[in-house]
Amino acid sequence: MTMSGTKVSGTKAIIERCQSLFDDLHFTAAREWKTAKSGRKVIGYMPIYVPREIIHAADMLPLGVLGGGDQLEVIHGDAYYQSYICRIPRSTIELGVSGRLDFVDGMMFPSICDVIRNLSGMWKMMFPDVYVRYFDVPQNYADDIGGSYYVGELAELRDDLGKLRGSPITDDELRNSIEVYNENRKMVGELYDFRAKTPWQAPAAEAYLVLRAGMVLPVEEHTALIADYLAAAKAEKRPMRDNCRIVLTSVFCEQPPLNLIKSLELAGCYVVDDDLLLVTRWLTEDVPTDGDPIQNLADAFLHHSESTAAKYEPNQAEKGQYLVRAVKRTGAEGVIFAAPSFCDPALLDRPMLQNVLSEANIPYIAFKYAENSGQMQPIREQAGTFADSIKLWSAA
Amino acid sequence: MSTQPLAAKPAKAPAKEAVKDASMLKQKEMMAAHYDRLSASPETGEKVVCTFVPGNLNELIMCFDLANNLPEVNAIQSGLRRQSGAYVMEAEKAGHSEDVCTYVKSDVGMIAKGNIGPNGKKLPDPDLLLLSYTGCFTFMKWFELLRERYSCETIMLHTPYVADGKITQNMVDYMVRQLKEEVIPTLERVSGVKFDIDRLREYLKQSAKAEDDLVKVLQSAMNKPSPIDGYFGGIYYIGPIFGAFRGTQDAIDYYRFLLEEVEERVAKGLGPVTPDGDMGEEKYRLVVEGPPNYTSFRQFWKMFYDEGAVVVASSYSKVGGVYDFGFRHDPERPLETLAEYCLGVYTNRSLPMRVDMLASYIEDYEADGLLINSIKSCNSFSAGQLLIMREVEKRTGKPAAFVETDLVDPRYFSAANVKNRLESYFQMVDQKRAGVRSAA
Repeated sequence: MTMSGTKVSGTKAIIERCQSLFDDLHFTAAREWKTAKSGRKVIGYMPIYVPREIIHAADMLPLGVLGGGDQLEVIHGDAYYQSYICRIPRSTIELGVSGRLDFVDGMMFPSICDVIRNLSGMWKMMFPDVYVRYFDVPQNYADDIGGSYYVGELAELRDDLGKLRGSPITDDELRNSIEVYNENRKMVGELYDFRAKTPWQAPAAEAYLVLRAGMVLPVEEHTALIADYLAAAKAEKRPMRDNCRIVLTSVFCEQPPLNLIKSLELAGCYVVDDDLLLVTRWLTEDVPTDGDPIQNLADAFLHHSESTAAKYEPNQAEKGQYLVRAVKRTGAEGVIFAAPSFCDPALLDRPMLQNVLSEANIPYIAFKYAENSGQMQPIREQAGTFADSIKLWSAA
Repeated sequence: MSTQPLAAKPAKAPAKEAVKDASMLKQKEMMAAHYDRLSASPETGEKVVCTFVPGNLNELIMCFDLANNLPEVNAIQSGLRRQSGAYVMEAEKAGHSEDVCTYVKSDVGMIAKGNIGPNGKKLPDPDLLLLSYTGCFTFMKWFELLRERYSCETIMLHTPYVADGKITQNMVDYMVRQLKEEVIPTLERVSGVKFDIDRLREYLKQSAKAEDDLVKVLQSAMNKPSPIDGYFGGIYYIGPIFGAFRGTQDAIDYYRFLLEEVEERVAKGLGPVTPDGDMGEEKYRLVVEGPPNYTSFRQFWKMFYDEGAVVVASSYSKVGGVYDFGFRHDPERPLETLAEYCLGVYTNRSLPMRVDMLASYIEDYEADGLLINSIKSCNSFSAGQLLIMREVEKRTGKPAAFVETDLVDPRYFSAANVKNRLESYFQMVDQKRAGVRSAA
């Protein structure tokens, strides 16, 4: 056994724990958290972003609901959707009607696309006893316009969750939660930086599982888990492959199968950045912990948040530049667009982003998937060819 | 082996000219004049703004002497003229996904092929894109795509979604601030015309007059027989008010003229005018949810009127504004009323609101049931329609059915399939009626 032997078992144990959380479609960890103390409540949320700080400040557990993946047999969900609608809403309905979310006291549906928007209304009709909120965010980023509106929306959410708890959420509770989430974002940032620098030390599937654990664990526990993983991964020596470095994009809503992420690396593409689980790093700077906490959250959303297809880009010159910057920042050599089938935001945005990449001389490929895609061979071949061509170009 | 030449194919019989009533002819003239105005704008110097049907701020646009060009309407025109199929494929060839909105692809393809409008002349490049982001996610990406193409100024007007069934003050304030601080100043800058709120009030007053008459026309379908078809015919009726004419004297005249025509039909006990002339006996009264198919519009309509089915109310005829529950543009509150108009359009309403509306139509119009035409590439309408169908059925006790087509992509119109489903549905309505009679 090498010196890193014990460390390997360190990452192994952490990843096994994350994998079991990932596989558990009954959300046992969140159920256990809820029953551990009387009066606790759980609020589910879908991609792409909700201010989890407000849920946390109400002593509630924010629970990321990301569809059913490739292990859930969708029996009822297909009866609610036509074949030409993506898969995440049907598997989410399946989670609901099969009782897997029966412990969830509220569901939040962010403003990401018309399918998730309409799912909010479906949830109201199907689960009338659950608190349901469509979480609208401004597409106008001026402080006195979009900012004022957003402050109003956040205040309403705060009020609603306070009522659900039975007592109003105080400013101090919010400030404390902001601090807790600042810590979490900092740790997520370290994980992403570490992977970008040494992707062989933190394989994409592992980084994803570690991040994904944050969808079901209390945030404090998740922050500690990332720290443990980073410590274990840094101590471990793993072989560096002759892979190219790519940014994986368009995977911000319906989740790609874990095998898809693994296949990319097996095919010769190290993932050095991605837009998976954006909620964990939506706000790109620390939110101040002094002053008005709602105003601070609003300011952060307006001025320090990620760019993605669900957001309007007011400045034409800025369109898609976040992707170019991600490529430069991480030293990536290409971009892989992996969009869920029938995903309006990803697929409508794609031609514009591809034009931006072409202008910047950044190679890309594109394919589609569904959360339950089983056949990885075509994807592996496409990614492998892409990796080979990148090496060929860079050698030329 | 026969060496005889093949018999010459008989020449295809020319398509029978569709029968049109006087209001349709009048509207045709209005639309033709509008398209001529648009294509002449490079010569006349008139500036052009592109915007959308839901959340169309035509009164405001007119305050700045801008001509209103609606890409959705252009896509519909391409569909009706059977040009959209080639446009859609052109866009797909250029990298647009087969999964997304075919209005967008028809528009993008049309632009790529020279942007020739329905009058056979080139449509102008826009001076401004007014992205009225109302009830449809795709709108945002559509105008980002057009902005990339034209590099012209673009204004976002974000309409929050009415998810909880009520318009809040926060929503209205947000929209009014956008109008005051961003939309109007940009319109002033691009047009060079100073904003005059009294001019807006005048247009809004005119809008309300036309809206009164439109509602009377649509509600005339409560008569038996219905003098109108509120879906296929409704597409014609909503054309001017959802397009570039709301707020104009032309719209007032058109809706007055149309109302008189409809009242005359009511007085004579006549049913709707179809492309094949007066409809025969009214056998089925339906409520329809969802947009129509435009590439086979006439064939689709014929499947209804051949069976004696008339659509008495539809949600699609509310996509550019819901007026039949009381809303009118209010000149006393000019900016607030524009905000409330946008907030209230059909696709900006939550699913429970949509269910309420459809169920009330079935009751109020004494319909036999609900038919959903689900559109492959329109998630705003389509996502959730199967639940809507079940809920409306549960609430009204009336049968519902589901057909699937597309807006302007001819590849997704399967006539045999749609016809089979419709025939089965009419049988279901008959059985339901027979059941009610035998139970009585």
